[in-house]
Amino acid sequence: MPDLQEIPVGEYKHLVSERALRGETMLLNMGPQHPSTHGVLRLVLELDGETIITCIPDIGFLHTGIEKNMEAKTYLKAEVMSDRLDYLNTMGNNLAYVMAVEKLVELDVPPRAQAIRVILTELQRIASHLIWLGTSGLDVGAMSMFLYCFREREYVLDIFELVSGQRMMTTYFRPGGLWRDIPVEFEAAVRDFLKMFPKRVDQYEELLTKNPIFLDRMLAIGVLPGEVALQHGVTGPMLRASGVEWDLRKARPYCGYEQYDFKVPVRTEGDTYARYLVRIQEMRESTSIVEQALNKLPMGPVSSDDRKFVPPPRSELGVSMEALIHHFKLWTEGFPAPKGSIYSAVESPRGELGVYLEGDGGPKPYRIHWRTPSFDNLSVVPEIVKGHLVADLVAILASTDIVLGDIDR
Amino acid sequence: MDPKLLPIVRDLEANFSGRLEEYRDEAHVFMQADQIIRALTLLRDKHQFGLLSTLSAVDYWPQRSPRFHIIYQLSSLAQNITLQLRVPLDGDTPELPSATKVYANANWRERELFDMFGIYIRDHPDLRRILLPPDMEGHPLRKDYPLGYEEPQFTFNYEEIDLRKPYAKE
Repeated sequence: MPDLQEIPVGEYKHLVSERALRGETMLLNMGPQHPSTHGVLRLVLELDGETIITCIPDIGFLHTGIEKNMEAKTYLKAEVMSDRLDYLNTMGNNLAYVMAVEKLVELDVPPRAQAIRVILTELQRIASHLIWLGTSGLDVGAMSMFLYCFREREYVLDIFELVSGQRMMTTYFRPGGLWRDIPVEFEAAVRDFLKMFPKRVDQYEELLTKNPIFLDRMLAIGVLPGEVALQHGVTGPMLRASGVEWDLRKARPYCGYEQYDFKVPVRTEGDTYARYLVRIQEMRESTSIVEQALNKLPMGPVSSDDRKFVPPPRSELGVSMEALIHHFKLWTEGFPAPKGSIYSAVESPRGELGVYLEGDGGPKPYRIHWRTPSFDNLSVVPEIVKGHLVADLVAILASTDIVLGDIDR
Repeated sequence: MDPKLLPIVRDLEANFSGRLEEYRDEAHVFMQADQIIRALTLLRDKHQFGLLSTLSAVDYWPQRSPRFHIIYQLSSLAQNITLQLRVPLDGDTPELPSATKVYANANWRERELFDMFGIYIRDHPDLRRILLPPDMEGHPLRKDYPLGYEEPQFTFNYEEIDLRKPYAKE
């Protein structure tokens, strides 16, 4: 079945315009296997010639039932599912999850673990924005951007592999701290990256920011006013490109973000180009946060010593009977969490990533709901593509930076 | 609880007979389903709650009354506070009025409620399944929906499970 084909009005008759019912406009199917949809997203487009009148997103092709699956696992084991949500922001998902668990069971995290969490989530933000820059460049015809961005992303993934043994599905943050301390090579690897990366961002900007072909595709395309964005629950760089200064790292600092000096880039235009500028600037700010965190990285333990929640280190297992019991209990039965519910949110590269977590006194989450930013960010796309050409839809979709694993969960 | 929330909670208690519960410094206000749209409109227009962060549900099956709690997680960017409204719903086929006119992103979130919990949304402009295919049966996030494993048959329940097991027709 070809990806672009005409489809009957039938199911969508309450959503399309009257002209579609009279057969004057055409309903066209785009996706789900279309390179510009960044995953498996199907769009039903009502077209008048090449102008979009209505856009109806159809999601769920990547639905994996993560919320239901997590309800069947203990708090420690459920964490691996969180990596698979937004596969470009694995450290950030881990952070959202462990912060929710820590809030529910009232667990303290040592300052060294907090600082390492900040370093790794900011590196993850850079890696995620690099994928966005590469793929959206590819979508509007800047093919070499894709290669450059993936080259730099590889450095970040190497650092993740160094600390966690995995490039993508890291599960490095654990409730109460980290899996283990960073290796000795870590600091040098991050410093190398910090030294190289700002120059590379300059290179991207030289290639794109004033490139007339790029500007033609981006300027005044997909304008999203701030009020409309908020009405649709849009958060993250998309909201900040529409003139609303809202970043959870500044508004409700977590993990010690209040210690670091950084700016929240805001643009007022609200178009595709503004979103590009905001994300480029965010990469520079993230680099600065990583550098500050690395410079004042405190010494000390990397996880809480509360043995009722945090498994003991391997070195203790051979010498301490108590440690062996704790290890066994935590990895089989798990720790109980109190009856009650909390909501905790972090700023992911795409916006507010929230976790609603409810415990029932047992060792498994009674209910966990992921408030994923891409879900709301995609729901505003039908509003802003109206009247644009199909080719502009590709640029708009790229600028929203959706991840389908994040939407479908 | 943030002191800035206090007048708002008092307002909800006075106008909508809301009931406050606090847990880990978060404010949860319980109210009835028929008042939720007016409460949301008041919070948005008078108290600057511009962002509906999320809208979801919890199933307390086998408890019947209330079986579900609907959760409205609201954020105010101007005052930097959050508030959670909880609406208890009874029975297996509950109904909820649509908040789409108050917060536009409630549209997809309510479709998800319909899809995952089988909660019927009144006055919704586009009530279709959102994540699962249209011919799907059941609502997976309900607690009485199995996780997808086949039920293991032991000697003591072999026949009981065999009776309700679907086999291919000859």
